[in-house]
Amino acid sequence: MNDMRAVERDVDTNDLKITARGVDVFYGDTHAIKDVDVDIVDNTVTAFIGPSGCGKSTFLRCLNRMNDTIDVARVEGSIMLDGEDIYDPKVDPVQLRAKVGMVFQKPNPFPKSIYDNVAYGPRIHGLAKDKAALDEIVEKSLRRAALWDEAKDRLDQPGTGLSGGQQQRLCIARAVATNPEVLLMDEPCSALDPIATAQIEELIDELRSRYSVVIVTHSMQQAARVSQKTAFFHLGELVEFGETGHIFTNPSDPRTESYITGRIG
Amino acid sequence: MSDATAPSPTAPTSSLLKQDDRTRRRNRAETRFRAYGMAAVIVGILALVLLLTSILSNGLSSFRQTFITFPVTLAEERLDPQGNRNPEEMARVTTFGYAPLLGQSFVEHVQSMGIETDLGPREMAAMISDEAPGQLRAMVLANPDIVGETITLELLAGGRIDGFFKGRVTMASAERDNNVSPEQLLLAEALREQGVMDTRFNWDFITAPDASGQRPEAAGLGVAILGSFYMMIVVLVLALPIGVAASIYLEEFAPKNRFTDLIEVNISNLAAVPSIVFGILGLAIFINFAGLPQSAPIVGGLVLTLMTLPTIIIATRASLRAVPPSIRSAALGLGASKMQSVFHHVLPLAAPGILTGTIIGLAQALGETAPLLLIGMVAFVREYPSAPPDGFFDPASALPVQVYNWTQRSDPAFVERASGAIIVLLVFLIFMNAVAILLRRRFERRW
Repeated sequence: MNDMRAVERDVDTNDLKITARGVDVFYGDTHAIKDVDVDIVDNTVTAFIGPSGCGKSTFLRCLNRMNDTIDVARVEGSIMLDGEDIYDPKVDPVQLRAKVGMVFQKPNPFPKSIYDNVAYGPRIHGLAKDKAALDEIVEKSLRRAALWDEAKDRLDQPGTGLSGGQQQRLCIARAVATNPEVLLMDEPCSALDPIATAQIEELIDELRSRYSVVIVTHSMQQAARVSQKTAFFHLGELVEFGETGHIFTNPSDPRTESYITGRIG
Repeated sequence: MSDATAPSPTAPTSSLLKQDDRTRRRNRAETRFRAYGMAAVIVGILALVLLLTSILSNGLSSFRQTFITFPVTLAEERLDPQGNRNPEEMARVTTFGYAPLLGQSFVEHVQSMGIETDLGPREMAAMISDEAPGQLRAMVLANPDIVGETITLELLAGGRIDGFFKGRVTMASAERDNNVSPEQLLLAEALREQGVMDTRFNWDFITAPDASGQRPEAAGLGVAILGSFYMMIVVLVLALPIGVAASIYLEEFAPKNRFTDLIEVNISNLAAVPSIVFGILGLAIFINFAGLPQSAPIVGGLVLTLMTLPTIIIATRASLRAVPPSIRSAALGLGASKMQSVFHHVLPLAAPGILTGTIIGLAQALGETAPLLLIGMVAFVREYPSAPPDGFFDPASALPVQVYNWTQRSDPAFVERASGAIIVLLVFLIFMNAVAILLRRRFERRW
């Protein structure tokens, strides 16, 4: 692997954005996540890696309570965002999700125009006072998602007409438009070709300056390329969590080593 | 490798040019299956063609009707003895007062045309429809000033005379018929040559109310169409919002537990309940318990609403389920509430399916007969229901019930009427289905 430059990359800050302690997730009788502790640092890309079914996506979905939409899912333990417990009964998940945005595995733009896709979040959260302000948010978000140049002349055309990579960037723009503090990405490149993947990865690195990004990925190279912190999940347990460079070059757990060298997974 | 010989193909282990037994059997089975499929399709098309041919050949003639045109002298001493043109006093002259006037004028007209006939005046007058005096009376009462004048009128010919021109009544059948004689038919033939009798398109078949069993020539679908229309309004206004709201709740909001499972099973079961059972339910609840009037479109509409609800709910739930979950996740992930995600994203995508289901449910309701029989829609109604909302409580008929009604009547002219009514019903159904297809095409979105 030539992509082990991650060692040289610094973590800019040490402010903890999210702290998860003793998190257990159950799907009915299945114990999907077992006692996981993770700290997500602000302005950092944190990657969750691990074999299929290891619970990394499940854990990601705990961070903005998307698991609430599944009837049988049950979450225990504490997840604090800026020191506030997001599973507190007083917390409205809708408000939480405005702060913790999400990008999904498959690009899922609404079957509306590109403009409406991006403007939807600001509209429902009342972020824009008038049309001009909304236009500005849309432009800013599309620029951040590196889609503005391609999309500026076709804002009124359906988002579903874009290519896969563009659609995923549109989804990122849409997530960014609501001005979140944390951006969760669930295998955002798994449906994309290598060129689109490279564009998204570049984008993720830029997004780091404003948000703390958590990315689930199947590709260890991708984790090594984009992240500063890496968490390795195996069978619902957090096996190892630390600096990306450290995990990939000098893992302390034999299971991590087996996984990154390709023996399990 | 200079000494290598030119490569030659290896010998095949089994020839691809010859089919083995297994392949032959498989291919034969496939050919057989295709033949069965084609046969099924052909049988279906033949049945449809047969049905349409029989209905059209029987029914199309009902849209045409035979009229007699002749001058009628509205004698003042018969219609308005006081001579003051007061409609209230003139209303004392019943249709029996008008009939001789018509007969007399008709006989005079025939004589003036110089047509030879052995018929007496009474038999000649019998060629005019029994409905004509009533129509003339209504006309005179609406406009009393025409009394005393001689006006040229176009009046319905009797059902048998009309049947003669349409080929239903022949000289041979007239011999055996008490209602018509061959001499009358000969006169009718002569009158047609003179242009006094004429068969033309008859709007009254669509707009006029029903007529009694003795005067099929005057029977129309007006009341039935209005009644059906009123019922469809009731069904649409009640079933669409209730059905869609129930489906959205069940599909998107309700927890999945035994109770909602039970509701689901029962909704599916409701769709399979025989329609006559809904009629009994309507009779017991809406008429006997709630005291709503019999034969009223409101009751029919309520019963049909109950019948249509499962159809709409099942169609709506299916189209809600067809919306990809990723759309819901996308909306929720942006911080939309459940309700926002449903109303902003899921419902618009499901709308074509919901509309299609609703229209198909309505079409089903439009053709439903059995429950309406039980709540009195089968009554003989000659008065148009008034305009909504009062009209919902007035007695009315319905299209399919009118068909049923006419097929029960003895006069053979009603066979043609019933088929004509079926054509009208089919036209409405085809129209509704076409609208459903158009809506689906128009609003269908791909993702």
